[in-house]
Amino acid sequence: MGKAPVIEVRDLKKIYRQGFFLKPVEVLKGISFTVYENEIYGFLGPNGAGKTTTIKILNTIVFPDGGEAKIFGRPLGDPESKKKTGFLPEHPYFYEYLTASEFLRFCGNLFGMKGEALEERIGSLLSLVGLEGKEDLQLRKFSKGMLQRIGIAQALINDPSLVILDEPMSGLDPIGRMEIRELIRSLKEKGKTVFFSSHIISDVELLAERVCILHMGEKVAEGKIHDLIGSRGVKYYEVDAKGVAGNVERLRELIGRRDFSFIMRNGIVQVRVPEEEDVDLVIDAVRELGGRVVGVIPARVNLEEIFVQRLGGEENAG
Amino acid sequence: MQVKTIALNTFRETIRDRILYSLLVFAVLMIGLSYFLSELSVGDFERIVINFGLACVHVFGAIISIFIGITLVSKEVEKRTIYSLISKPVSRFQFLLGKFLGLSLTVFVTTLLMSVVSVLIVYLQSGNFRAELFPVAGAIYLELLLLIAASIFFSSFTTPTLSAIFSLSLFLIGHLSPQLRFFGMKAKSAFLKGAALATYYLLPNLENFNLKNVVLYGVKVDGGRVLLMFGYFALYFAILMTLSWVIFSRRDFK
Repeated sequence: MGKAPVIEVRDLKKIYRQGFFLKPVEVLKGISFTVYENEIYGFLGPNGAGKTTTIKILNTIVFPDGGEAKIFGRPLGDPESKKKTGFLPEHPYFYEYLTASEFLRFCGNLFGMKGEALEERIGSLLSLVGLEGKEDLQLRKFSKGMLQRIGIAQALINDPSLVILDEPMSGLDPIGRMEIRELIRSLKEKGKTVFFSSHIISDVELLAERVCILHMGEKVAEGKIHDLIGSRGVKYYEVDAKGVAGNVERLRELIGRRDFSFIMRNGIVQVRVPEEEDVDLVIDAVRELGGRVVGVIPARVNLEEIFVQRLGGEENAG
Repeated sequence: MQVKTIALNTFRETIRDRILYSLLVFAVLMIGLSYFLSELSVGDFERIVINFGLACVHVFGAIISIFIGITLVSKEVEKRTIYSLISKPVSRFQFLLGKFLGLSLTVFVTTLLMSVVSVLIVYLQSGNFRAELFPVAGAIYLELLLLIAASIFFSSFTTPTLSAIFSLSLFLIGHLSPQLRFFGMKAKSAFLKGAALATYYLLPNLENFNLKNVVLYGVKVDGGRVLLMFGYFALYFAILMTLSWVIFSRRDFK
C-alpha cells in the first residue's frame, strides 16, 4: 500500500453484560483491520454485527475487553489524535435547546477554535451540508434528515484528517444520500481519510475503495471491492437479438455451444455467454440469420451477492 | 477552554430549563408571602421574615441542585449527546467538572436572586437593610455545591430516581447529623454507639454550613469557624468529585 495507516485495529474484543444476571454477550469476537491514509473505507454488516460498537470503541465511548486499536499511531483517546478526528454518531442527537450555529460554535470551542475563523467555518459548513438559512433554528425543530446534516457539519468543524461516520446515509432521502456521497468523495479529494459504516450495500459499493464485512462480531471479508467481486467483476454477458425469435433452434445450431442459455422475452432472444470472446460468436450467428443485435450487457457481480454468499456460508458452517 | 465551554453550555441548558423557572417563581412567591405572614404573627416580625426567606433559599436551592444535578450526566447519556462530546478532545474529568461548574453558576444566580428578594422583603417590612443575610446565604451556597457534587456522584453509577432518593437522604441526614452524634454519645450499647458515630463521621455534617444564627441572633462568627467551613467543603468536594471521576472514567456509554 505504501500509505501510512490511520486506523489500526488488532483482535478487538467487546463483551456486553445483559439482563439481571449480567449474562455476557460477545459483541466483538476479535476483529482486525487497517485503514490507510486518504482512502474511503466501508464498514459493512447487518444490524447487530458490531459496527457501531467498533466505532464507539474508536471514539472512547466504550472500552474494549481485549485487543488494541490505534488512531494515527497513538492509543485511543489521545488528545492529539482526537484533534484530527471528526465523528458522526449513529442517529445523532444533539442539544435540542441550541440553535444550529450555537451548536457548531460549541463544538468549535471544544477544539479550541474561536472568533472570526470559527464563524467563517460555521457559515461554510452550514452551506456545505445544505442548511444555510437555518442557523437560528433550534435543533428541537430539526427533522431527522436535518439532524443528520448538522451531525456531519459538527464532524467536520475541526477540518479533521480522519472522518468517522456511523451510518451517514440513514434518515436521508435519495437526493440527500447522493449529496452525502458527493461530500464523502470531495473529502477524499481534499486528502482526508473516511471510515464509514453502513448496512446498505449499494452505498458502500458506490463509495468505498476497500471494505470490511462484519457479521455477528466477526470479520467475514476484507479487501478492495474489486478483489472481493473478482478480477473481472462480470458474471456473464447478455446478448439481446431481434428478428430471430422464429429461428431459435437454428441459432443454437449456428452457435454450437451447449453452455449458453437462451431466453425468449417479448420477441427478443437473450443469449447468456460466460466469456467476452463468446459475444462475437453470437453476433455473427444473429447476423447470418438476418437478425439484429440490440444490446450487449455485462451482468456484474455486486457486493450484495458476495455478502449473502459469505454470510450464507458462515451460517451453513455454523 | 473545554471545561469553560462545557460549563457555559450547561449553564445555558439549565437556565433554559422550565423546571428551574417554575421552582424559582414558586420560591420567590413564598419569600414574598413571608411579608404577609409576619403581619399575622405576634412578636419579632423581622426575624420571621429573615428566617422564612433563608429557609426558602436553603430548601429551594437544595431542590434545584439535586433535581437538576441528577439529570446533568444521565440526560447526556440517555439522549446520547455525550457521544459527540466525548469523541472530541475532552477528557471525562473535564466533562464532569464542566457540568458541575455550569450548574454551580445557575445555582449561584438563583441563590443570589432569592437572597436579594429576601433582603428586599425585610427592608420593606422593617426599613432595615440586613446585608449580613448575604454571607449566610453564601454559606448555604457552599452546601448547595456539595449537594450538586453528591448528585453527580450518585448519578455516575445509578438511575436518576435512585440518585434523587440518595441525594435527598444525604441532605436530610446531613442536617440531622448533630443529633446522630448526640445519640451516639448517649447510647449505652457499644454497637449502637459505633454505628451512630460511624454514620456521623462518614456522612457530611451539613449543619457546618448553617450560619443563620449570625443574622437571627447576632452571633459572632470567628475566622476559625469560617476556615473550618471552607476546609470541610473542600474535603467533601474533593472526595465526591474523585469518586465520580473514578466511576465515570471506566463507564461504557451504551
